[in-house]
Amino acid sequence: MQGFLSTHGRKLTISSIAAGVLLLVSACSNSSTGASGALDPKADLTKQSLVVSNWASYNPPDLAAKFQAAIGPKVTITNHATNEEIMAKLTSGADSGIDVAFVSGQYAQALAAQGLLEPIDTALIPNLKNLYPEASKLAYDVGNKFSVPYTWGTTGICYRKDLTGFDPTSWNDLLNPIAKLKGKTTMLATERWLMLPAQKLLGYSANTTSATEMDKVKAQLISTKKTLLAYDDTTFYTRLVSGEAAMVEAWDGWCNYGITDNKNIKFVIPKEGSDLWVDTMVILKTSKNKEAAHAFINYILDPTVNSWVINNVLYKTPDKAAMDVTAAKLGVTYPNMLMTPADLLKQENLLDLGTSGPMYTKIATEVTSSK
Amino acid sequence: MTSTIPTRVSRDSEKRRDLLERMVLQGPGLLFITIFMATPITLVAIYSIFQRGRFGGIVYKATTENFTRALDPVYLGVLTDSLKIAGITTILAIAIGYPTAYAIAKLPTKWRSIALVLVVMPFWTNFLIRTYSWIMLFNREGLLNHALLKFNIIHTPLDLLYTQSAVVVGLLYGYLPLMILPLYASIERLDPQLGEAAANLGATRTRAFFSLTLPLTASGLIAGSIFVFIPSLGNFIVPELLGGGKTVMVGNLIRDQFLKARDWPFGSVLALSVIALVFIFFMLQNAVEKRFSSDAHD
Repeated sequence: MQGFLSTHGRKLTISSIAAGVLLLVSACSNSSTGASGALDPKADLTKQSLVVSNWASYNPPDLAAKFQAAIGPKVTITNHATNEEIMAKLTSGADSGIDVAFVSGQYAQALAAQGLLEPIDTALIPNLKNLYPEASKLAYDVGNKFSVPYTWGTTGICYRKDLTGFDPTSWNDLLNPIAKLKGKTTMLATERWLMLPAQKLLGYSANTTSATEMDKVKAQLISTKKTLLAYDDTTFYTRLVSGEAAMVEAWDGWCNYGITDNKNIKFVIPKEGSDLWVDTMVILKTSKNKEAAHAFINYILDPTVNSWVINNVLYKTPDKAAMDVTAAKLGVTYPNMLMTPADLLKQENLLDLGTSGPMYTKIATEVTSSK
Repeated sequence: MTSTIPTRVSRDSEKRRDLLERMVLQGPGLLFITIFMATPITLVAIYSIFQRGRFGGIVYKATTENFTRALDPVYLGVLTDSLKIAGITTILAIAIGYPTAYAIAKLPTKWRSIALVLVVMPFWTNFLIRTYSWIMLFNREGLLNHALLKFNIIHTPLDLLYTQSAVVVGLLYGYLPLMILPLYASIERLDPQLGEAAANLGATRTRAFFSLTLPLTASGLIAGSIFVFIPSLGNFIVPELLGGGKTVMVGNLIRDQFLKARDWPFGSVLALSVIALVFIFFMLQNAVEKRFSSDAHD
């Protein structure tokens, strides 16, 4: 609720100024096609300041202070709870006041398609060399033209072998559970991941827009619903730890949180395959501090900075330099930290659904409200 | 003759003072409501006739599609489910709240205020936290099940959560005080002499309750029902937490359109339909209350 109020307050104050500024900015960026040419590598960064929007606890707590001390610009970090929340801010039409945003790949794709993103100027981000070569082959933005990947991972089955009695290998183990596991499984409720297990089990793309395919996905998910303990996006790993659930659909990093508390918890990518999700950093076209924004992304890609997210959020990053330092040690406790980029690239990148978005939303409602 | 002129002047200035006083007293409240209530509702009404942009946002091209979409069986099903859940919650709140309020009103004055504080006390804690703590208490590995298992009262854990009934119980728990308080206020105001008179005139206790107590406390009953029904109808925390996301209410649907699907126009239509429903219930409340109060006077 507080988030709502502050968002509104912000919009009110900004929109009055923004109305004028926006016209200027859009006029400027329209006149110089390929606006990246306007960036000045020698700009005085201490004169610039940044507003960065990220998920809470998804960057080092002292990031702003350290960045300012090392590079110069003052940084204000604001938080968004979901991709959708930050999308609402960025697409509302007025200047959001945000310079750099952390969004998932398919949302970066949607923002780029709307012309809201500043092309990445590789000359200003020398640390791009730290990334695995695979990190520039991501389908939502091949070549990282508009986005720089921050973390990546996949979705699979997180389970307690002492409760299941076997190692699941297929999405079928989750979607059509054996009798003793009925009422002991959960699925993610966010619609792309709600659909994913059924899409993969049925052999479809995670980005399918075919209505007949999605009808079959819906039928499977409606029959699965009767076997579920709950839909859960936030506390599924604690349900494994307490023993309330035996097997849950989970993001790899989140399964690690369960493993921290209970060593019987394991993670598997089902044999039918899964998704490759990527959280990215993007620079808004409306930013007036684009040089500082590039410097910020460059700073994040420094292995000493980027290893924070690996060690503390237990996510993998496409930053080879950072992974080389930390992943081997973590892999002892959290085997999925050792997954190679090649393994990850075998999974399917989630893409923006465009005009098929509402179809997914409607099916999600039909599934979750079914009796 | 001489006196009429000054009187008229003073009456005029009195009127002006009256107007000024009203502006000062009502102004801030009205202004607040206009800005923070009328404006958003107007915006919602405007959004409802436009289209969703491909990536969210609003495309300012008029359409009626959002309204026809709301008539799809899926969404009507969610709406009737919500009405049903809110309705059952309200009936249960009356069944539990009326005797409670009655009992509190009959307590000695000293105990009455203590009882009222106890009724209000849950509100000192955030609703989300209270609801979440229910999961800690009642899940399969929760405190209650552990205790029952330990004392050999049960042998397999009870599944108490993640059903529609759990949603109803959660809502009831959350909003019961809103039923008890207005009921208490109206029961407490009852003149005990009326009851004595009814008894003297030969009315049985049942008769006295239905033709005297109930009509005279109807305003409290109706106010309480509205206070319970409306927030229950729009609630989305309880279905998500205690319903395990397996029960979808219209509040969840609206939240999802705005925060997940980026479909503001359709979310606006759903929000408007709830506003319309609430408005209808207010009209009903008015009508029923009028009938009851005229009955009571007969």
